[in-house]
Amino acid sequence: MEREGSVGFAVFKYVTIAVALFVVFFPIYSVVIGAFKTQVEYYQSGLSLPKDFFYLDNFSKVIDVGGLMLGFRNILVILFIAVAGNVVFGTMVAYALGRFEFKLRKTIMGMYLVAQVIPMVTTQVATFTIIQHLHLYNTMGAPILLYLGADVLQIVIYLQFVGSIPRDLDESAMIEGASLFRIYRSIIFPLLGPATATLIILKSISIYNDFYTPYLYMPSQKLKVVSTAIYSFIGPNAAQLNVISAGILLIFIPTVVLFLFMQRYIFAGVTNGSVK
Amino acid sequence: MFNFSYKTQRYLILFGFLTIPVLLSLTFSYYPAVSLFYYSLTDWTGLGWDMHFIGLDNYKEIFTKPEVFGVLKNNAYYFIGGLVQVALALYFAVILNGRLRGKNGFRAALFLPYVLHSVATVIMFKNVYHGEYGSLNMLLGAIGLESWQQSWLGNKHLVNISLAFISMWKFMGLNMVVFIGALQSIPSDLYEAASIDGASGWQKFRYITLPSIRSVMELMLILTLTGALEAFDIPYVMLLGANGTSTFVIQTVNTAFKYQNFGLASAMAVVLLLMVLLFIVIQRKLLFRGEK
Repeated sequence: MEREGSVGFAVFKYVTIAVALFVVFFPIYSVVIGAFKTQVEYYQSGLSLPKDFFYLDNFSKVIDVGGLMLGFRNILVILFIAVAGNVVFGTMVAYALGRFEFKLRKTIMGMYLVAQVIPMVTTQVATFTIIQHLHLYNTMGAPILLYLGADVLQIVIYLQFVGSIPRDLDESAMIEGASLFRIYRSIIFPLLGPATATLIILKSISIYNDFYTPYLYMPSQKLKVVSTAIYSFIGPNAAQLNVISAGILLIFIPTVVLFLFMQRYIFAGVTNGSVK
Repeated sequence: MFNFSYKTQRYLILFGFLTIPVLLSLTFSYYPAVSLFYYSLTDWTGLGWDMHFIGLDNYKEIFTKPEVFGVLKNNAYYFIGGLVQVALALYFAVILNGRLRGKNGFRAALFLPYVLHSVATVIMFKNVYHGEYGSLNMLLGAIGLESWQQSWLGNKHLVNISLAFISMWKFMGLNMVVFIGALQSIPSDLYEAASIDGASGWQKFRYITLPSIRSVMELMLILTLTGALEAFDIPYVMLLGANGTSTFVIQTVNTAFKYQNFGLASAMAVVLLLMVLLFIVIQRKLLFRGEK
């Protein structure tokens, strides 16, 4: 939207943006500087820059004691399987619902829509018993299975993309004798690429950030993920704010890097998912 | 590869492609929702399978114990914070969708908190709010506002506001980007026509922008409300719900896993589920009647 506002409004705009940027970056600034300070320095130097940006003891400490590397490794395994499954299931459901007319089509679509209204947290007590029954409690299988189901957001985005792929492509493939599976594999799936890129990023961020699921379903020390590793670390070491800062910074890095390189896809995914 | 007729292939594809996803959804969305109702009528402890049907006793307990519903006022902080946050998001979306130098950079910067790890973010704010060495108090000291320094997490009147602020900090950029997407889908000739008719910036906002983003607003309000009801991570990671920061979900989780009372916890979850559904229905009916 465009406003031919006064100079006053223009100034106001920039002032509010400056304030917002300050509010966003101030906490981040404070962990960045804290991560490179010795304990004594941390408590004495206030908000000033660290003396030595090559002081890395805090990082090695949080990696050794906090078990962060184990956390990174575990979450990567979970992410890889769950996200791959999501892409496969999401595209399959979208292909089936987007290309074929059949009796249960509306029912299945409605099922996904209603499921989104049920808040995940409310059903955890019951979900917990299912996971126990499947003997997946305290295994990586629990979060993987819980993250695996494609959600309605995914299906809606994929359906839009499937709709935009011309049916002529399918038909000419059929004339050449391609099977319906082949059409999915060689035409639909590759053409869904941009949507897939977006969904991989968004899903990865949300799984990486999740605390609830690993905390409830994988209490074992060996199954720490990033969330639970840093959570268990703050207890006994609450006093060492500098070491904690280093841990926070390390955990921030992967998604920030992903975000910086994939901004376009992330913004596209967020807007496509919610607006339509 | 397949030598079946297309008709057979169709069945195979539909069956093969839909069975597992549908089963997953039934198992992890619908079955839990249904069994929750059943558990809520029992005295099950969650250990073993010994459960007795006790009718509506759990519900009676919830509605007669003030401390269960009392925590909802803590959820209210997150809701009010959420409303402020949606308003801010809309404001920044509007100005960052207009003519402005460096708007792409500003968008990315304001969105950044959303991609930061949630638990690490809460812990980051633990450092920010630290009474003695927290960077917020240091900042206030540095600019001569010592009198504003607070025990942000210790003061009972401030603690929930401090926590709700984290949620605003994290989600403002996300909502802003969603709003920007909605704003961009408004055809620009509407604004041009309005300009020719001599509409002011505010009038254009009021009569073109707002009506056009109504459905997104509705979605945001629902998400704000349900998000507030489901608040868990922030108060739990920060203080384990202590110092008067417990929320409904923290109570439910504690009732189930700490006090081993799955029956009561299930009833609480059902109540939460019904509240969420109720609010969604009310919001759709009231707020946006006249539309459609």
